[in-house]
Amino acid sequence: MRKATFPYLIWIFIFTIVPLFLVLYFAFTTGDSQNFSTFQFSLENFKRFLDPVYINVLIRSIRLAFVSTILCLIVGFPIAYIISREKPNRQNLMILMFVIPMWMNFLLRTYAWLTLLGRNGFVNNLLTRMGFQALDLMYNDKAVLLGMVYNFLPFMVLPIYSVLTKIDKNLLEAAEDLGANRATTFRKVILPLSLPGVVTGTTMVFIPAMSTFVISSLLGGNKSNLIGNLIERQFRWTGDWHFGSSMSIILMVFILLTMAITNKFDKEKEGRGGGLW
Amino acid sequence: MKRTKVLLLLVLVLILATVATACGDQRPTINVYNYGDYIDPEILKEFEEEFGIKVNYSMYETNEDMYIKLKQGGSSFDVIFPSDYMIERMVGEGMLQKINKDNVPNLANVHEDFLGLEYDPNNDYSVPYMWGTVGIVYNTTMVDDVVDSWDILWDEKYAGQIIMLDSQRDSIAVALKKLGYSMNTRSVEELEAAKEELIKQKPLVYAYLGDQVKDAMVAGDAALAVVYSGDAIAIMRENPDIQFAIPKEGTNLWFDCMVIPSTAENKEGAEAFINFLCRPEIAARNAEYLGYSTPIKEARQLLPDYMKDSEVAFPELEEVLKITEIFKDPRDIVEEYDRIWTELHSQ
Amino acid sequence: MVSRWLKRFYVFLIFLFLYAPIMVLIVYSFNDSRIRGTWSGFTLRWYIELFRDPTILKALYNTILVAVLAAIISTIIGTLAAIGIHNMPGLSKRIILNLNYIPVLNPDIVTAVSLMVLYRFLKLDFGFTTMLLSHITFCIPYVVLSVLPKLRQLNVHLAEAAMDLGATPFYAFRKVIIPEIMPGIITGGLMAFTLSIDDFVISFFTTGNGVSNLSIEIFSMSKRGINPTINALSTIMFLSILILLLIINKRTEKLDERGARIEKN
Repeated sequence: MRKATFPYLIWIFIFTIVPLFLVLYFAFTTGDSQNFSTFQFSLENFKRFLDPVYINVLIRSIRLAFVSTILCLIVGFPIAYIISREKPNRQNLMILMFVIPMWMNFLLRTYAWLTLLGRNGFVNNLLTRMGFQALDLMYNDKAVLLGMVYNFLPFMVLPIYSVLTKIDKNLLEAAEDLGANRATTFRKVILPLSLPGVVTGTTMVFIPAMSTFVISSLLGGNKSNLIGNLIERQFRWTGDWHFGSSMSIILMVFILLTMAITNKFDKEKEGRGGGLW
Repeated sequence: MKRTKVLLLLVLVLILATVATACGDQRPTINVYNYGDYIDPEILKEFEEEFGIKVNYSMYETNEDMYIKLKQGGSSFDVIFPSDYMIERMVGEGMLQKINKDNVPNLANVHEDFLGLEYDPNNDYSVPYMWGTVGIVYNTTMVDDVVDSWDILWDEKYAGQIIMLDSQRDSIAVALKKLGYSMNTRSVEELEAAKEELIKQKPLVYAYLGDQVKDAMVAGDAALAVVYSGDAIAIMRENPDIQFAIPKEGTNLWFDCMVIPSTAENKEGAEAFINFLCRPEIAARNAEYLGYSTPIKEARQLLPDYMKDSEVAFPELEEVLKITEIFKDPRDIVEEYDRIWTELHSQ
Repeated sequence: MVSRWLKRFYVFLIFLFLYAPIMVLIVYSFNDSRIRGTWSGFTLRWYIELFRDPTILKALYNTILVAVLAAIISTIIGTLAAIGIHNMPGLSKRIILNLNYIPVLNPDIVTAVSLMVLYRFLKLDFGFTTMLLSHITFCIPYVVLSVLPKLRQLNVHLAEAAMDLGATPFYAFRKVIIPEIMPGIITGGLMAFTLSIDDFVISFFTTGNGVSNLSIEIFSMSKRGINPTINALSTIMFLSILILLLIINKRTEKLDERGARIEKN
């Protein structure tokens, strides 16, 4: 039976391990990206990244990803909680309604905001018709954040919801019997038990938010870069695959570290069960 | 079991479908690689019908994008449309092959002003496709000042009303020209000064856009924008409030040309295609569709009046040449450009 | 009472947020004017243009073909892998599971550039094949992850019993194990299919030679400017998803009814 894994092992080796080592190799060399014989070992790429210009971009990416994750949590937790308290039939319907937009191409969903938020877009048309001043809603950080929350909110809601529905009802009754009011029950029972879902949701929002280049490019008006834009540009535009690879490695290491930390946080609590699967 | 059968059937159908599409077309093919939205699709169809050659058309966003795609290999194209400085670089790196001029008799239709330019002195490698300048379009309902200088893009009166091009090369060139430097400068100090100008300008900028600028200006989303002259024509056609100006400090004069990469697999097909696009009637229709200026002599006469007589599309070349520059290949300072652009966008 | 209204209002706001953009796209897909924000009458011409556009149709064809092939291949490899992994001793199991997580946890863009570098290194022609290989790569882990739990629930003795009764290992595998884990396999396959359909970043970096999929087309269209045919495309995609879900819903309802009837008898 174990032999059944062989095809996949070969696949992992060729398409996961080798590519990562190639990126690592590129990151630690310089030369003409298209000519392997010119490569020379060097730490130049990482030194170059230490320039405040690039560090600023990294910090910006972290900040936006962090804020959007928090926003998703603030907006998503209550809705996950409300859904988990509904009757089973309604629960299924509401979760389905959360999932349907996810099945639409994410570029289309992002693009839709262009129509809504533009200077002469739908929202501003409504505002001016009601006699208000038109607002600048597009091409700034707020628009980028909005795009992130819009795209990644379901990633936060679904894991939290799946953990909340698994909470044993008897526990809640027990808490009430012991004299806890609703706020205390929420704080002392529901919140701690939902933590695995929150952790999963947080990572699932943070990772794509940290590495996106599409949302910042479509809704941010190319005014400010995220690290994803930098990587994209090195590979598709400037052609410096070495520098691009080193930034990919930095992004990867950063995300693995964040996850290791959140996972540790998660492990301290007993009982897993968060996750989409 | 039934499910497995359905699955198997599905696989079979799909494989058949793939095979069918792969074998269905036995015609010779040419792979054309061009900017997005830079040819009238009807013209492609006509070429296919007349020559029995299938056109496999794909698009890139910028010269650099295309250059890297070609460099990295794994693709083969027969006709591409690089700009002046990129031709210079590609010729230098042996990426292009000489065009057999016997197969492109319509080269004679090209206006002599556009032949023998510095990037390809004998036109061994390139045939001009479109040309134009870079300037400012402005909405007359929002701008009262006379627009004749790049300085207006730094005027605080128009904060949040300015659209710049999302292109390192063009935006830095605008700043260099504003400062009175050459846009082909290799001096790091001058480039740094241009960077400072762009950073100073950034709070006033609504967005850095590519082709989206056309929609934004037509819809009246912004007052001023830097655009290529061809896009200016397209915008003015849809919104009569828009005007175009070439700033007095000077600007960029550019040429997009058709070339054949050295890795091309169907050179004769490529030459037939290039020759076809140089027919006056075809060139005129294409130019009208795009709004860009054609270098084909008789084609201009075939254009509708608003284009034929347009100062924007066909400025007096002698006048324009005095204040314009053609880009040169910045190969060795590409990293500096990239750093400037990143710094501007990390604010 | 107040809190109930507040709750209702909150739910309403969230769903408004989720659906408003889609609704606006649908409305604008019937707008005669090219310019957003101005309504100049009802038209179907964007739909006609959409179906006349060979690039979009070709991209649609590529998208579906890649998704189906990637789903089938990754389901086969992934299911086999899951069965193997399930029967492995602790350490190798943990190692492989961790390797399996790499494409799941790695940011899309890192997976994308690493595959791009690989294909360049192997001197493969960028195009349909490279795109398909990449899609299979990021789909398999999800199949493995959805089949494994089903294997854990599987009764260990079932296969043994079958073999004791004279079944060959392969026969036991086909007749006993596979039907038991079928729900997991189907979930995995569907997940692979949806992931592949929705992918942009990895396809964007690993395709070439004029081969594109819908996501790539939409990206370049939106870069070129507002194009009402995109709105028409969104409407069609949204409606087909809705119809598909309704059909699935109806079918499961019917199955439930039938199940209930059988139970009664």
